[in-house]
Amino acid sequence: MPKNLFEKIWEAHEVDDDLIYVDLHLVHEVTSPQAFDGLRLAERPVRRPDKTLATADHNVPTDGTPAARLIADSLSRVQVEALETNCEEFGIPLYSLGSERQGIVHVIGPELGATQPGMTIVCGDSHTATHGAFGALAIGIGTSEVEHVLATQCLVQKRPKTMRILYRGKLGAGVSAKDLILATIGRLGTAGMRGHAVEYAGEPIQALSMENRMTICNMTIEGGGRAGMVAPDETTFEYMRGRPGLPDDFEAAVERWSELPSEDGSSFDTEVEIDAGELSPMVTWGTTPGMVVQVTDEVPDPERLDSPADRDSAERALAYMDLRPGTPMTEIPLERVFIGSCTNSRISDLREAAAMIDGRRVADDIRAMVVPGSAQVKAEAESEGLDEVFQSAGFEWRGAGCSMCLGMNPDILSPGERCASTSNRNFEGRQGAGGRTHLVSPKMAAAAAVKGHFVDIREWT
Amino acid sequence: MPMDPIDIVEGRVAVLDRSDVDTDQIIPKQFLKRVERTGFGEFLFYDWFRSGEIELEAHPILVTGRNFGSCSSREHAVWALKDYGFDALIAPSFSDIFFTNCTKNGLLPIVLDEDRCKAVAGAGEARIDLDDQTVNCAAGVFHFEIDEEIKHRLINGLDDVAMTLQRAEAIDAFEADGRADRGPVTTAL
Repeated sequence: MPKNLFEKIWEAHEVDDDLIYVDLHLVHEVTSPQAFDGLRLAERPVRRPDKTLATADHNVPTDGTPAARLIADSLSRVQVEALETNCEEFGIPLYSLGSERQGIVHVIGPELGATQPGMTIVCGDSHTATHGAFGALAIGIGTSEVEHVLATQCLVQKRPKTMRILYRGKLGAGVSAKDLILATIGRLGTAGMRGHAVEYAGEPIQALSMENRMTICNMTIEGGGRAGMVAPDETTFEYMRGRPGLPDDFEAAVERWSELPSEDGSSFDTEVEIDAGELSPMVTWGTTPGMVVQVTDEVPDPERLDSPADRDSAERALAYMDLRPGTPMTEIPLERVFIGSCTNSRISDLREAAAMIDGRRVADDIRAMVVPGSAQVKAEAESEGLDEVFQSAGFEWRGAGCSMCLGMNPDILSPGERCASTSNRNFEGRQGAGGRTHLVSPKMAAAAAVKGHFVDIREWT
Repeated sequence: MPMDPIDIVEGRVAVLDRSDVDTDQIIPKQFLKRVERTGFGEFLFYDWFRSGEIELEAHPILVTGRNFGSCSSREHAVWALKDYGFDALIAPSFSDIFFTNCTKNGLLPIVLDEDRCKAVAGAGEARIDLDDQTVNCAAGVFHFEIDEEIKHRLINGLDDVAMTLQRAEAIDAFEADGRADRGPVTTAL
């Protein structure tokens, strides 16, 4: 029987019933300390430190703090130092503050070539699905599971259902991968992919760069999915070529990986089709990523929603966001702009944003910041002069980390502040207590920084 | 980690009538910096409690809306709910990672359809029998489905690392077969 991409990877990793072998375990400081404590209590070693890789990202100040011991916030410092101690004790390679390889865990895996097609990858982080862009099965896990993988190199996991989202047509000019995934979540809902490993397929996906595919897979969890995947192809192999973590015989590996894509006639538990040609630049208006409209739309009216639960959620979201139904999205005034996060902080994201602002200035009342996803992205951007472009336009140019995506470090919104953000979550208080987040693509964020409000970038000249 | 065994959860029912409650609301990010598993209860629903938007008594059972625990993988959300006093959650659906996290910490997640959730909420008290897979309240006796393996672990309070280590031979064989050779050698990067 013809097999799909997920089935091939799953079956190659079945150790026993519902027990899956893990090829790469990525670790960061927030979800790991209790797992290491558990190992120590039970006097268990890490089974495969050579398949484990750690970095510090969530707590990292983006002001250039060069070492964990210099982090001003004492709780953050303790957490990063705990990661350093734990990695030292258990022999796990770590890129902490000051390392030229430090960065957001979902940015550094791919850029080191550690993320490869056909692998199983786990991390104590729900955005682990990002790595699925390479045709890997990448699953976000909790701390108990982190401990389990450290001890056994395996994950107890029921086989998820499979879903294929097949995109037709072609993305229009100014419409990006971020818009595609936001529109998809808007259509399917925040639980629409629940229980599924999702394959994103079709010509519009094949036409995308690896960074763009990562953006799409990254937000699978916002649709409730277990894992997001894209079949590996020439674009994948070209992106990987020359990176440090690759197998010695790369060409032989490419031949193996070329066998991974879903075969003709393979089936999926759920199939969805979306016309990419109909999509527009998107902006969220509410407090879940599924509360999203086209930039040319108005803030929706909860009264028009069918279910009482949806109406109730929408009304609460509008109250929190301080928005009135019927307001054009382009007339919502902004105070902050954030370009960064594991969704949109890679070099091509920064290039796209920089191209929008070249020669322009950030609007007077806007505080805008760019946070590269890793120390390597930062160095690459600087070698291209992107830091100059951003800074001369009035953006702050920061050090690598999760930054204002989740406000575990000094980069946060003040209560009531409204932000256009390239991150992945617009939950209440996500970017700081009382902060109001609108999710957009890097181009949309850059244009919004210049104008002080959202604009339809299809008309940007 | 071994956990407290669950068999019967009995008592009053707290109600949070909201859908899509995300883990950022259950435990806001500023409280994820602790390096222990304990002490998270006082930060549960921090912003909603502080603003007076919601109130929840620390009853043994919490009934809530669909897609509870969405998004972030933070197990701190489960630790906070458990530490606050809840032993069982009842909702029309849970987010996948959150559901798994509950089952690793002795917090019993039960899926009932929306009408039955409302009925349990209305009854105000309930008796959950995990072995029988029933929720018994003034509105009726409702059967719920739960995976056999998860049920076994919860009832016996088993440490799933220890359970998997009993299958170490299978893992050894998988590695010895050369099936574990994919991916980078991180220690050589």
